[in-house]
Amino acid sequence: MKKSILALLIFVSVSVSAFAAGWDGVKEHTLDNGLKVLLLEEHKAPVATFQIWYRVGSRNEKPGNTGMSHLLEHMMFKGAKKYGPKSFSQTVQKNGGNDNAFTSKDYTAYFETFSSDRIWLSLDIESDRMRGLLLDPKEFLSERDVVKEERRLNHEDDPESAMFEKMMEVSFLNHPYRIPTIGWMNDLTNMKVEDFKAYYDTYYIPNNATIVVVGDFDSEKMLPEIKKYFGGIPKGPEPPKMTVVEPEQKGERRLNLKKEAELPVVVAGYHVPDLEDEDSYPLAVLELILSGGKSSRLYKTLIYEKQIALYAGGDYSMVSTDPNMFYLYAGAMPGKPIDEVEKALYAEIDRFKVEPVAGKELTKAKNQIESSFIMGQDSNFNRAMLLGQYESVASWKLLDRYVDGIRKVTAEDVMKVAKRYFTEDNRTVGVLVPVKEEVKK
Amino acid sequence: MKNKIGAISLFLIIHLSLLIGATAHAAPLGKRIVLENGMVLLLSERHTIPSVTINMLIKAGQVAEPSDKAGLAHITAGLLTEGTKKRSSSQIAEEIEFVGGGIGASGGDDTASVNLTVLKKDLDLGLDILSDILLNPAFPEAEIKRKVKETKAGIEKEKDDPSAIAGKEFARLLFGEHPYGRLTEGTPESLDKMTREDIVKFHAAYYAPNNAIMAVVGDVTEEEIVSRLNKYLGGWSQRELPKRILPVVKPPKHKIVKPMDKKITQANIVLGNIGLERENPDYYAAYVMNYILGGGGFTSRLMDNIRDTKGLAYDVHSYFSPMKYSGSFNIGVQTKNESAKTAIEEALKEVERIRKETVSDKELEDAKAYLTGSFPLKLDTNSKIAGMLAAFEFFNLGLDYPEKYPKIINSLTKDDVLKAAKKYLSPDNYILVVVGDIEKAGVKEIPAGVPKL
Repeated sequence: MKKSILALLIFVSVSVSAFAAGWDGVKEHTLDNGLKVLLLEEHKAPVATFQIWYRVGSRNEKPGNTGMSHLLEHMMFKGAKKYGPKSFSQTVQKNGGNDNAFTSKDYTAYFETFSSDRIWLSLDIESDRMRGLLLDPKEFLSERDVVKEERRLNHEDDPESAMFEKMMEVSFLNHPYRIPTIGWMNDLTNMKVEDFKAYYDTYYIPNNATIVVVGDFDSEKMLPEIKKYFGGIPKGPEPPKMTVVEPEQKGERRLNLKKEAELPVVVAGYHVPDLEDEDSYPLAVLELILSGGKSSRLYKTLIYEKQIALYAGGDYSMVSTDPNMFYLYAGAMPGKPIDEVEKALYAEIDRFKVEPVAGKELTKAKNQIESSFIMGQDSNFNRAMLLGQYESVASWKLLDRYVDGIRKVTAEDVMKVAKRYFTEDNRTVGVLVPVKEEVKK
Repeated sequence: MKNKIGAISLFLIIHLSLLIGATAHAAPLGKRIVLENGMVLLLSERHTIPSVTINMLIKAGQVAEPSDKAGLAHITAGLLTEGTKKRSSSQIAEEIEFVGGGIGASGGDDTASVNLTVLKKDLDLGLDILSDILLNPAFPEAEIKRKVKETKAGIEKEKDDPSAIAGKEFARLLFGEHPYGRLTEGTPESLDKMTREDIVKFHAAYYAPNNAIMAVVGDVTEEEIVSRLNKYLGGWSQRELPKRILPVVKPPKHKIVKPMDKKITQANIVLGNIGLERENPDYYAAYVMNYILGGGGFTSRLMDNIRDTKGLAYDVHSYFSPMKYSGSFNIGVQTKNESAKTAIEEALKEVERIRKETVSDKELEDAKAYLTGSFPLKLDTNSKIAGMLAAFEFFNLGLDYPEKYPKIINSLTKDDVLKAAKKYLSPDNYILVVVGDIEKAGVKEIPAGVPKL
């Protein structure tokens, strides 16, 4: 048995060097106007993905204008100088491509995926809407309604999502991470198109953006083309720094959300550091030991042995501009009291504080992280996502350090971070309390 | 402006010719091999990443289960990874996850699927576990009991998801007695009656190499994989498969409207009819027609009307769901309860329009350009290739499908599209399910079996 584990370890380190080579090919350039460009050639299939990332999200919003970054993302499909309303997606699709966009707390990103011969179209499209957005008042009114429907669909009518929204709001009392990226309904209703011009001008500038291209293209041709399309866009004034720091939490916070739902859910969140802190590595390992698959601790105890939870897990928001949260969550099996589930979650977290993780468990978590990085190289989109996310919140170079950082984690490191962060005083707990409304027949 | 377009098209020409040059020399997507035990293997060698992805289809989906045993196919597949004669449920999870791999099994409508992903160095371990769960599942009583409990809880939990409720009720009304009308995971009642013997018998009858398709994609050669499969699956013997006669699916003879009250802010609307099976020659014309109607994402007519122009919904779409023996067509939209009627009316107007008027040249050309041009994006990862290869075999499309497909799509005319619309869409006879605040939505029930006035 021991021999086979040793043999596996040798193999793993061989594969990891393959992984490290995965980011070696990244070519980084900064244009004179401050636009960052990351190019990664991958010729295994005749396809490529183009992404442009802006450092703006709900983190940059204020009470009253919540949801603005996301609504602006929607407006980015409603016409610019060259490509009029509806024509962005039409142009992409008639060239056999897919396009979309997403907004988070820290960033807003737009992407197209094409056969490699068409990837050049992205340059025309994205340079047009970086500075030429129309913000048509009529289009704005219908798109605002669309976003309100999106909020109803994904937040108001989804009990878990509604619960999570409340959790963020109570976990952060000062920092704008408390704002839901979709925005509060009332803010959406009151939002006016006139408010958007200044916001767009502040953040949609070359020196606040990163272009990531991954796939089957030639960098020697791509970079000059990027310069041709984006190089003439003037650098903007540096966007204002978001300076709010969440004060240390001193005492547990609790909330109940009563909502029509079938089963109760409990979420416990702890303030933790982000990827720029050395503690992020043991926290990532702890997350996997806790909830990485059916051999993980939460699955084994809460779901399999005790059968008190239908699902359970841990979620560490590591890739974040400012320190974020580590969440534990579980949904109760029918008839099981939610406080029993909550106690079982704490019992698993407390084990990390008193009992060093076993060597085999630690190795498994590291193997899982390493293999997921190797397998993740299969998808251009996935690799571009990682580059864009890391660069938007810190630096893509942290990707290169990640596996090394994980490999160095010891059982003591895991115990140390468990004791440091998973305390009652640092905890916010939310419970979804199902209520049934009378249904008319 | 014109200059820029000129520059782009020049680029396109240069790169297109490079691409064509590359494709001419490229190896075919995969190779079809029939193993000694009768199993069809589809292999695509891709040596860029040291990993192997396996996607298996076994013709042991809900179409194979007896009508009074809803959920049998689903639970049988789900239990494969919950214990074998030599490994417990926990051991299976522990062994595969220790090396950062994954294995899973699940039951669907036409097939059960079993998936394995491992680094190349762990291929033997992966195949050993794969063969163990396929050939020697133990179906322990305790695991069955736990799985039944978990499935029932999942059914309860799903009541929080209005679009799932609507979709399931739509399938029930549409397919009636046909297995496609049953819930894949069964009902609390059918699950309570499920016995170990049912499961063991189902597994023995349908889990056979001559009833299975395996797609293997990744860093492995033909010699490496064939010798290993002969070793690990050599003991898997062919057998005569049970014959099943499925009931004929009949489209509804009149409009059926099913409002389902739930105190939520949006009405979740599903509207549709019987579609077609995947091997029906009309499939491609229907597919192009649907792209223009509501399948084409941001560019479809439904999206343009209901989302972009009227701001009534975030999501509105339509699709054909083609299965082995039948299929469905449905339009889905979620809108605030008060706009439900308007959204339904607008959707029906679009159905009516595409049945009455031929689509424009531009719409047809754009649809063809997307459907053919985006095909390479469906084959850009190992797991996508594995899924496609298995589907090519299951639906008898042939490994040359990537070459045939653009030719078929490009040969379609506006008349073909119109014919498909007239044949598969109906503005009068359809099934409509609405889950939401029915009082606000103002939708009136028209039950099945009551002819319209």
